[in-house]
This record gives sequence, structure tokens and C-alpha cells, in this order.
Amino acid sequence: MRGLQLPLSQTQRIRLQRALEKLQSLSCKANSDASVTVADTIPVNYEDALLKGHGTTDLNGDLVATVCGVVERINKLVYVRALRARYKPEVGDIVVGRVVEVSQKRWRLEINFSLDAILMLSSMNMPDGIQRRRTALDELNMRGIFEENDVVCAEVRNFQHDGSLQLQARSQKYGKLEKGQLLIVDPYLVKKSKQHFHHLEQFGIDLVLGRNGFIWVGEHVEARDSMVVDQANSSEQSMVPEEKNKTHTPLEMRQNICRIANAVRVLSTLGFSIDADLILETVELSSTVKIDIHDMLGSEFHVLVAEREAERRSLVGKRKR
Amino acid sequence: MEYVSPEGLRLDGRRPMEMRQLRAEIGTVAKANGSAVFEMGNTKVIAAVYGPREVQNRSQQINDQALVRCEYSMANFSTGDRMRKPKGDRRSTEISLVIRQTMEACILTHLMPRSQIDIFVQVLQADGGTRSACINAATLALADAGIPMRDIVTSCSAGYLNSTPLLDLNYIEDSAGGPDVTVGILPKLDKVTLLQMDAKLPVDIFETVMGLAIEGCKAIANYIREVLLENTKQLEYRRGL
Repeated sequence: MRGLQLPLSQTQRIRLQRALEKLQSLSCKANSDASVTVADTIPVNYEDALLKGHGTTDLNGDLVATVCGVVERINKLVYVRALRARYKPEVGDIVVGRVVEVSQKRWRLEINFSLDAILMLSSMNMPDGIQRRRTALDELNMRGIFEENDVVCAEVRNFQHDGSLQLQARSQKYGKLEKGQLLIVDPYLVKKSKQHFHHLEQFGIDLVLGRNGFIWVGEHVEARDSMVVDQANSSEQSMVPEEKNKTHTPLEMRQNICRIANAVRVLSTLGFSIDADLILETVELSSTVKIDIHDMLGSEFHVLVAEREAERRSLVGKRKR
Repeated sequence: MEYVSPEGLRLDGRRPMEMRQLRAEIGTVAKANGSAVFEMGNTKVIAAVYGPREVQNRSQQINDQALVRCEYSMANFSTGDRMRKPKGDRRSTEISLVIRQTMEACILTHLMPRSQIDIFVQVLQADGGTRSACINAATLALADAGIPMRDIVTSCSAGYLNSTPLLDLNYIEDSAGGPDVTVGILPKLDKVTLLQMDAKLPVDIFETVMGLAIEGCKAIANYIREVLLENTKQLEYRRGL
């Protein structure tokens, strides 16, 4: 019963309720009894061999859920997919994080996991592209690459044997994110897909949907590597990107960033899954109804988005049938 | 003073074995990982859970399980007479400890090694039974945060006044000075995790009072599960396919 904390007028409340009811009727045909809460017994067939997955435990021979969520069955495996929870990393996921600490040969990143993630200096591509050992000089110049509070995009590399998480950034597309906004949504809303980097050409904006629920909306940059300062070279060359950073972001670009960011905020407060198409549709809706950027977070636009989403899902449902 | 009238009604019009009205709301603190408001009659408590996250104080880190911390506070405006209480007085440290131990017993801490879970509970309106309300709110918030638990913990109090066992004491009955038994149970496992009483009672009476409190806990458990299930379903259908 997660209530929207919005001031709704009488008609808006009814419209929103109707839209949400429509959404409910569309989805509950598929699996209405799959939702469980903590300590619910999960009905399973004990004749078959059975693998207990995440979110389940054994209690006197019964399979019992330990989190609230949806029961998923894949062959023998039975697990509970938790909805609202912190991020559970999987190897290969693309994440966005914030640097909390620069320490010996590594950066510590906050990525909404139960521990801070570690990005080793050695798992970064060197800006000059040469494969070589990282020297002590490289280590001293680590703050030239990322500083505390920088927003960084990387890929999950592996879990260490002690449970800590390692990241890597061995490609041009990873690295520091600048000139934009970081939005934090619930990780279950971001689906795994083939593409997590989106270049929205009509706006000239980069959209990075981190699997950990960190979403980056920022100005489009051509090659990310140009931002990373060349470590081996002397300091006058490292001044060049500094100057480049000072270039002005035009007002229109900043408005576009805000519009897209507000679209993401609306989708996340309504609890709709977030992908690039849906964000773009929401942005288009906001420009067709000619709503101001700052009014996008008001109740009227929330209701509009909910109604539009209900319509869209019912259309998708019909097409499938 | 007469706490149960000859007609068998209490001061606030309830029957001896009647509970106050329950109300729960999930997701009240936007920035927290999990949050809830829990009301028992006029008692109103808000709880927020942060974590599991990186341990703030490295020396407290535990290598094979999560560190659970709890902070209980009472809002200045929560009681009838507005009192400026110093933070960390004896009563609130004791209740913090009680809540921490109860919640730690049900969280599967071994699944989240070297991390920390923070539980913050604040009493917004105090009308007796704040301890129980805090535990119930904390359970809801933990479940909302998606933290794996053995079972939900629910808590309820019962007392014994005018030779009648009374369920879910309010402030007036609480301050009568009679025995006040607070029980916390794991309803599915059928185990007691919390039992507090600061008075003396004969064993046979104590048993009936405790049995009454356990019945109360079970009723609260049913309500909490309903709320959680409704919340889960809503999250799932809103997310869509």
C-alpha cells in the first residue's frame, strides 16, 4: 500500500485509481497467487527433485519464503524474486556508481550493494591504450582519473572469494560521467537488456541505465576516453581536458536533461519498469501536452502517465492474443 | 481506580480481550531502503531501515554476519506534556537494545556478511505499548527493505488490572502500575523472542496473561501479512511485464 505522496484532486484520484485498477486487471491473470510474503509456505511438489534458491529456506520439511516477492520456478530451481531490495550484482551487469574513497591502487564505489564495490587501477583501460604494468606514478595520479564523489560507469567483473565485488572499465564506453544528472531508482525497475547505453540523438543526450538502479542522464560525449587524463605524460597536457570541461552546456541541452530526468522520476514514483522506450514516450507525452519541466513532477502529469501506461499495456496485451 | 467497569468495559470502551485498531502503511520514507508507519489506536510509530550497506565504523565489522543497529527515539510532541528529553536516556537505550535483539533474532544475518543494517524507529504519538508498536513497525520496514528474515516478529502487550487480564494496554492502564507483559513472537515458528514484565504475578495468572498477549501477537501477524501481501502484489502489477 505504497501511497503516492501527492496532492490529488477528487477527479485526479478517481482517474489514477481507474488506471491502476486497469493495470492490475491486465497483469493479475498471469500469476495472481505467485506473490508471497515473509514466512509464507511455497507450494511445491516434493516428489520431484528440488533446488532451493534465493529467498527460500527449509522449515520442518516445508519450503518457506524469507523475503516478500514473486515465486519463480525454473526447472528444478525454486526461488523468490524480491521486489524492493538493494542491488544484487551479477557478473557482466553495467552499473553506475559514485566514488566514495580513493585508496591503494583502487577506488571504492557506492553502487547500492551491501558492500562497496572495488574498481582496481589495473582493471581500467589506460588512456593511451598501451598494455603495461601500472607504475607507482600511475598510482599517485589516480585522482586525475576519478576523484571522490565522481560518478563512474563500469561493469561487474567478479566476486572475490571473500565476497567483495570487483568492477572493471576496460572499454571506451565506461568511465567518468560528467555534465548531467544521476537519478536513483529501485533496482527492480531496471530490466536487464542488450543495451544499457542509449544515445538519444534527437536530444543529443546519453542515457545510461545502470542495473543497480542508478540512472545517468547527461550530455552526449563522443569518445569517453578523452576525459581520462593521460597519466604517463606531464602536467601541461593534463590541463587540456580541464579546459575542455569548462565548455558551456547550452540552456536547451540542460532543459532536455531535466525533462528526461523528470520523466524517469515520474516513472519511478509510479513504480513502472524503466526502459529507454518508455522514458522517451513519457518525454514525448510531456511535450505533446505542453507541460513545463517543473510541472512534470506535479500530480496531473503522474495521472496522465499512469493512464497512458494502462492504455499501452492493454494494447500490447491485445496484440499478443 | 476502576479500570474495568461492572459491565465489563475498559476506560476507552474496549472489552478486556479487545485490541485497539491497527493501521499500517509501507513506504513512508522516500530515501530509506524500507520504511513503515504502524498505528495501534493512538500509538503511532514510524520506522526506517537503511541497508544492508557498508559498515561505517570498520572496527565494528563482523566477518561472517551483518551488524544490526537500532535507534529508538521519542518525538518531543509525542506525549501529553511536551518534554525535552535528552537523547540517549536510559529508557530509550534500553528499548533500542530490546528492539535490536528482537530483530537480530529474525534477520538472516549470515547472508549479508560484513555489512550493516540500521533501523531507526521514532514514536510520533505515545499512548502505551510503544515498545510493541516499534517492533511491529520495524518488522514491516525490514520486510519492505527486502531483507531476508526467518519469520516476521510481532509484539503485543497484556496486563492484569482489577483481577482481569487485559489485552493491549493504553497509557492510562499502563501507568496504573499493574503488571505489564510485553511478548514478541515468531508466529510461523511458534517461538517467543521477547518477554518482558516488570512486576510480580502468580504463575497461573501469568500464564493466562501471556497466552492473551500471544493471541494478540497472532492477530497482529495476520494483519501485517495482509498488508505485506497487498504491497507486494501492487509493486508487481505496477511494474508490469
